[in-house]
Amino acid sequence: MSEAPQPGGRAASAPIMGHESEPTLFEMSVPHRSAYQLRTTGVPATPLSELIPSDHLNAEVVPIAEVSERDLVAHFTRLSHRQFSVDLGMYPLGSCTMKYNPKFCDAIANDLGLNSVHPGAPASLSQGWLEIFVTLEQKLCAITGMSAATLQPAAGAAGELTGLLLMRAYHEANGDVRRRVLIPDSAHGTNPASVTLGGYEVTTIPSNDRGLVDLEKLKAALGPDVAGIMLTNPNTVGLFEEEIIEIAKAVHDVGGLLYYDGANLNAILGAVRPGDMGFDIVHMNLHKTFATPHGGGGPGAGPVAVSPRLVEFLPGPRAMKVDDGSFDWVTPPRSIGRVHGWHGNAVVLARALAYIDVHGGDGLTRVAQHAVLNANWLRHRLRDILPAAYDRVCMHECTLTASGLKAKFGIRGLDVAKALLEEGFHSPTVYFPLIVDEALMFEPTETESVQTLESLAKALERIVERAQDDPESLHRAPQSTPVSRVDEARAARQLLATADAVR
Amino acid sequence: MADYLPHTDEDVASMLEFLGMTSLDDLFAHIPASVRLAQGLDIDDGLSEPDVAAIFAGYTAANKAKTTAMTCFAGGGAYDHEVPPVVKALASRSEFVTAYTPYQPEVAQGVLQAIFEYQTLISRLSGLPIPNASLYDAATALVEALNMAHGATGRSKMVISSGIHPHWREVARTFAKGTGHEIVEVPLRNGVTDWSSVDATDAAAIVAAYPNYLGVLEDLSEAKALATTNDALFIVGADPVAAGVLKTAGQWGADVFVGEGQAFGTPLSFGGPYLGLFACTEAQVRRLPGRIVGETVDSSGRKAFVTTLRAREQDIRREKATSNVCTNQTLMAVTAAIQLGWLGTKGLREVATRCAQGAHYLFDEVLRINGVEAVSNQPFFREFAIRLPRSADVVISAMAENHVLAGLSAGAMCDGDDPSIESGVDRVLLVSVTERRTKDELDEYVRALREALQA
Repeated sequence: MSEAPQPGGRAASAPIMGHESEPTLFEMSVPHRSAYQLRTTGVPATPLSELIPSDHLNAEVVPIAEVSERDLVAHFTRLSHRQFSVDLGMYPLGSCTMKYNPKFCDAIANDLGLNSVHPGAPASLSQGWLEIFVTLEQKLCAITGMSAATLQPAAGAAGELTGLLLMRAYHEANGDVRRRVLIPDSAHGTNPASVTLGGYEVTTIPSNDRGLVDLEKLKAALGPDVAGIMLTNPNTVGLFEEEIIEIAKAVHDVGGLLYYDGANLNAILGAVRPGDMGFDIVHMNLHKTFATPHGGGGPGAGPVAVSPRLVEFLPGPRAMKVDDGSFDWVTPPRSIGRVHGWHGNAVVLARALAYIDVHGGDGLTRVAQHAVLNANWLRHRLRDILPAAYDRVCMHECTLTASGLKAKFGIRGLDVAKALLEEGFHSPTVYFPLIVDEALMFEPTETESVQTLESLAKALERIVERAQDDPESLHRAPQSTPVSRVDEARAARQLLATADAVR
Repeated sequence: MADYLPHTDEDVASMLEFLGMTSLDDLFAHIPASVRLAQGLDIDDGLSEPDVAAIFAGYTAANKAKTTAMTCFAGGGAYDHEVPPVVKALASRSEFVTAYTPYQPEVAQGVLQAIFEYQTLISRLSGLPIPNASLYDAATALVEALNMAHGATGRSKMVISSGIHPHWREVARTFAKGTGHEIVEVPLRNGVTDWSSVDATDAAAIVAAYPNYLGVLEDLSEAKALATTNDALFIVGADPVAAGVLKTAGQWGADVFVGEGQAFGTPLSFGGPYLGLFACTEAQVRRLPGRIVGETVDSSGRKAFVTTLRAREQDIRREKATSNVCTNQTLMAVTAAIQLGWLGTKGLREVATRCAQGAHYLFDEVLRINGVEAVSNQPFFREFAIRLPRSADVVISAMAENHVLAGLSAGAMCDGDDPSIESGVDRVLLVSVTERRTKDELDEYVRALREALQA
């Protein structure tokens, strides 16, 4: 570790609190301590028993916790110190697009002129929000090459299911009963799970030796009962499906639709559009491509854009510009109905629009170019220690394999991932896609500098040296983090999901 | 030209050279030329942050209903509660905001423990032992509960009280097109579910609301009995703030609780991101949708938290998963834990009590106005429905001139023939009061309503 300090490298993943565990809010609780302060209202304090019949009142007090504001702040601040984040260091988690989240977009999200508006306010009193929706929809359609979009789905998986219901509505409107949806074997698990909930059966299409959909096997699986295909392009290995035109033609020829899983949209901004490739339905993960933060696992947003023939089925109501120049809610004539309790994750949508406005068409194109540049630089830089599963130009992420380390030293991909935590980097995605042995999928994103990439490469070189010299230490890694490897089997065997669970 | 990219032209040139390439275009050369975007994106060039802020200032100015300009009496699952600076400060810590789903527990104990604390609180407020780590919103939580009922019973008939929020029912109908579930909506009479009007034979689920969307507190014993008789799951959609003082879903005998958690620290946010609350009995744990955090130990025996029972989930079970949920609403769940920690045992009771006191005061006052009637004579908690002598939409517009967001128009929320309203849906106004509303604001509401009805 004698190299000169580099930006982004060796960010602490074992921060201030070290190995000391933090008590729960409930363990900190002391009777009669409190933090809350409420407004003085002057409303008559009629006893509840005079307002609500006793058979509705809870005879017991539901315990929450009793802590001071100072203890509350200390508790959650200490918890935050036991948490890795994009703001702390590089997070090359493949397929998740953990890029920098601009603080400017936080300011947009916190603006009371946006986030204090009730979702049931009439359109005439929330024109700003409706204009944001209309503007965002138009820009997302420009990016994807589609005609119209729904902004309601709250996450990518919700977008997938919405897309499948649109597929179903389209076929049913044509009096067409179809049974199956095709999915490549490299697909994200959400795809097959969504297909089942959409009322279809999954037919898995194998990949060929180039990591791409096997066109001949795809053709063999097609038939009049195929509702469509779900594809991620670039696919989950990080490779562009070069035969996409032939795939689209083959699926359309049997009357099927093409669904684009936008998980990897970051790779193609300004380079190629799903609509131009022949896709009919596209979902986007705004928390990935448009940097609305991941929030530790949500909130996301998963708008779905469609080609002209599907517009009339979109969920409603949709914000639209009407004849007098104002904005209003309009439900499409054959809408599948609402897919969210209100209008979707509105504040996430506003963040994404702000991100798009700052970058513009030119900036978004650079985003994809630099994301692809970084992934290829990393792939090439690491070729001697962690070769790519498919050794050629990749898109925004590279899938490497630790199969050599396993054969030589008994070191698995998981060991490499865990050791990387000690080096101050978040792990890549491990063991996905399923078709690659000992997969380590790195997605550096466009916001990491070449110095940070070099630091990551050096960290991986050190890990490979350890694999030779002291493989046992890698099986125990990480040790410098707030906790070491956790006993997952025990967690599943005896479920302790709350502080009240019987121990 | 504005962006957040670190590479200088020199960086790009040297990185390309390392790859044996001469231009960024070389990286995309393997994409078929026929689909390449020749002219670039049809989107204006980028602007600086202050320039974009100026555009957004136009949007915020056009949002007349913001609470800084208008006193909010609208509810329906979205409430104008106090969110103090301390909760905003903690919930916006970037370690929580910019983390991913906690796949590497060694460096995610912060989020994992916060979710564990959230789960504990949701378990206590629902009266059920098995919570999950959150879902998108109440409507989608209801859909997951219906899917759970199908899994538990093998049956597909979902008997849902029309006291369930009209939007949640619509979302349930939408997703039923994929799952093939039969949705049976039970009408309300005098604001109370008429369970006797429905044939619940072969039901997978009986779904009741507490309070219902008209604000009414229904006695859930009959619904519970119907579920028991038909061996169906009893699903209760409840207001989690009510659990500060009213019976919990578990005390009513629920197998599954779903609810909207926005009230716990999340701003109105024009409807999202919100927080789908979910908890169930131990009997259903293997069918739980989404993620769940469990306590365990690390290799040194120290207490640690981890996402568990992962074998149910989509990335492992694929087409046989219990749900397709991947991302949930973790940041809102963490926020809820912080807000509830701030409120504490006493504060939550105080908030719930003040909501009820304000709503009952306002209810009594508006009923003094000529022509204003209660939709139901049944007990209510924090919101109520009134029938006006003229269109609720017109009254809402008129009261907005006096800086009062009067409530929600039932006609705007329901389809025309919704089984929850017996007549005159266009004249029904849903009014909600939170602990933030002062007596002066309530009195101003009455004055503005009187004026709107006289105009």
